[in-house]
Amino acid sequence: MQRIGVFVCHCGTNIAGTVDVKAVAEALGREPSVVTSVDYQYMCSESGQNLIKDAIRDYKLTGVVVCSCSPRMHENTFRKAAAAAGLNPYMVEIANIREQCSWIHKDVAEATEKAIILGRAAIAKVQLNAPLVAGESPVIKRALVIGGGIAGIQTALDIADAGFEVDIVEKQPTIGGKMTQLDKTFPTLDCAACILTPKMVECAQNELINIYSYSEVDAVSGFVGNFSVKIRKKARYVDETKCTGCGLCTEKCPQKKVPNEFNLGMDNRRAVYIPFAQAVPKVATIDADYCTMLKTGKCGVCSKVCTAGAINYKQTDEIVERQYGAIVVATGFNPIKVDKYDEYAYGQSKDVITSLEFERLTNAAGPTSGKLLRPSDGKHPHKIVFIQCVGSRCTPEKGKSYCSKICCMYTAKHAMLTREKYPDTEVYVFYIDVRTPGKNFDEFYRRATEEYGVHYIKGMVGKVSPKADGTLEVQASDLIMNEQLRIDADLVVLAAAIEPDKSARPLATMLTASMDTNDFFTEAHPKLRPVESPTAGIFLSGACQGPKDIPETVSQAGAAAAKVIGLLAKNKLTCNPCVAHSDELLCNGCSQCANVCPYGAITYIEKEFVMPDRSKKIRRVASVNPAVCQGCGACTVTCPSGAMDLHGFSNRQIMAEVDAICK
Amino acid sequence: MENKTGMKEQILRMSGAAVQKCMRCGKCSGTCPSYDEMEYHPHEFVYMVEKGDVEKLLKSESVYKCLTCFACVERCPRGVEPAKVIEAVRLEAIREQGRNHLKPDQIPELLDEETPGQLLMMALRKYAK
Repeated sequence: MQRIGVFVCHCGTNIAGTVDVKAVAEALGREPSVVTSVDYQYMCSESGQNLIKDAIRDYKLTGVVVCSCSPRMHENTFRKAAAAAGLNPYMVEIANIREQCSWIHKDVAEATEKAIILGRAAIAKVQLNAPLVAGESPVIKRALVIGGGIAGIQTALDIADAGFEVDIVEKQPTIGGKMTQLDKTFPTLDCAACILTPKMVECAQNELINIYSYSEVDAVSGFVGNFSVKIRKKARYVDETKCTGCGLCTEKCPQKKVPNEFNLGMDNRRAVYIPFAQAVPKVATIDADYCTMLKTGKCGVCSKVCTAGAINYKQTDEIVERQYGAIVVATGFNPIKVDKYDEYAYGQSKDVITSLEFERLTNAAGPTSGKLLRPSDGKHPHKIVFIQCVGSRCTPEKGKSYCSKICCMYTAKHAMLTREKYPDTEVYVFYIDVRTPGKNFDEFYRRATEEYGVHYIKGMVGKVSPKADGTLEVQASDLIMNEQLRIDADLVVLAAAIEPDKSARPLATMLTASMDTNDFFTEAHPKLRPVESPTAGIFLSGACQGPKDIPETVSQAGAAAAKVIGLLAKNKLTCNPCVAHSDELLCNGCSQCANVCPYGAITYIEKEFVMPDRSKKIRRVASVNPAVCQGCGACTVTCPSGAMDLHGFSNRQIMAEVDAICK
Repeated sequence: MENKTGMKEQILRMSGAAVQKCMRCGKCSGTCPSYDEMEYHPHEFVYMVEKGDVEKLLKSESVYKCLTCFACVERCPRGVEPAKVIEAVRLEAIREQGRNHLKPDQIPELLDEETPGQLLMMALRKYAK
């Protein structure tokens, strides 16, 4: 027979305003096994907790029911209080009479009745509670960072700084990500390469950081503290250990007509290439889609000119399996494809470009060596129109429903830099709203108009029509003047919305990390746990979680690193004891539980059983890895023979709760 | 005031357009080929109908300047469908003048499953004798 104490919280007026807490305490005091039942203003306060602790000692309680807020809020608080008084923490049950009762009801009598019923259900459950002991699992002191852009780089550097090993997996031949393609960065206008490349070099030189470039994550198994990851090192047909990055092969390769993705296809590269001069690692890569040797077996020029003997046409993909304690997702973003917006004529004219293409056209390492020239005829544009919100803030059918956040600022930057370098150029920016929250951001945008004379026009462009004379007729509305404008522009720049990288969705499946409808990774709590995924041991860094600029990305990258360091600094992790277990005598080996388990926690083992007639028989039964199980209960409802059950939420306990409610 | 609200509701019901979705970007007016002919422009139709300020629109020549080309409907990023709003205001104007040539009881025989409601509304205005 249990000795149960009931503690009813007022939560100020949050509960007591709608529920007659005294009546609840009195009614629940009459339930079987209840030896004490009291109410108190704030049960979670120090004195409220002491009330529980004292009652546990004075009444020799074996079970505690707290009628209060959601268990997500204070279950841990009350469990700790119980443990401090010598009671097993899993003998505490919460009846949620705030979120599920007082907050959603208005009638006091009805709410009080419901609160009593919810309390009664919790008492019925506690009757069947058994003390549980949490197990422990070891922590592998190495982290994996997926994605080597500025987010991944910063996270890796910060983790390594704390003395832990970090691996970076980057699918491109070099780390650096989108930031390598930028010219200047707002709002201070420092050159992107000048601030990024030292960090890239730092990664390469740090002994604790190991870069897997031109590699992808193939499979992930395990759990927090103990992940096992298969990394596919894609064949680059160049021995990384031998290549010195001299670049001779990239100069001699006869295949010159490969669209250069680093310059967004605006110029060509060779089939063997190093993406850009400051690439890390500075190692050549052969593009198998274009290499004549790999396609026809005839060429071999790069192999002949390579003095280091690094070229290896027979190289194949290599799978490396490594263990990690924590995984950081830093898969970043891409601009959306803008071809579908016919009205902007992106597919019809070479002189309609995206903002990222504009960055390359103004970058000294870009296809025009930093001179702003029209892609169509190589002439200086004298009238440029920037269009904001292309594909952002739309209905789902038209584009992305969110604001891409960075476009207002980079457009102001582009407009300003254009006016500074080419004062004879007229610059128009069509905007719906100019959104510049951020330190020194609005000042920056004001400078564009006040000091540089950029024409900001409130209104949207309706249509861009390429003309026979090579200009682009931009038809737009000016909402302040209430007129329709027609501008003959030389260049039109589209501020395309950004979206998560395409690799994010399959990766989320591998990691069992949740995503929103836009394929951004979801955080464990939007305000209070912004850099953690709800899946334990998975952390989020940068634009994979939502649109972000560089300062914000770097802050989040550091925050994610701090969370990883906090995890790796522990020697052991306490597991959740509320996990599934199988009654092997009932299990019929059907595998249904293993099929539904989202965490891969259930395996099947062959086990010897002694039968009633003392003969021995080998049977196939389910076995749960308690360290992997998250206690979701999917297996318990799937099991046709009732063999699967959950500690702390057994079928009997749940039925007892239902019975108590329906009584 | 009540009458005004009633007319707004009527126009919204006829058009099936969602004026409250408008984010005031002005793309409809930026794309409109009859813009210069109009006193009130597509974005103003949407805004004024949302405010319930319909009287001025009913009296304006602008309702007859819309070509019903649907460029604004096609390009609106928020799915507001301004041309349908204008069409509904135009119908309302014609009704107000008692110039509803087609009698309501003539409509059922013209109906078939494939006929869009929009077409019927236009037919009511253009083709009846």
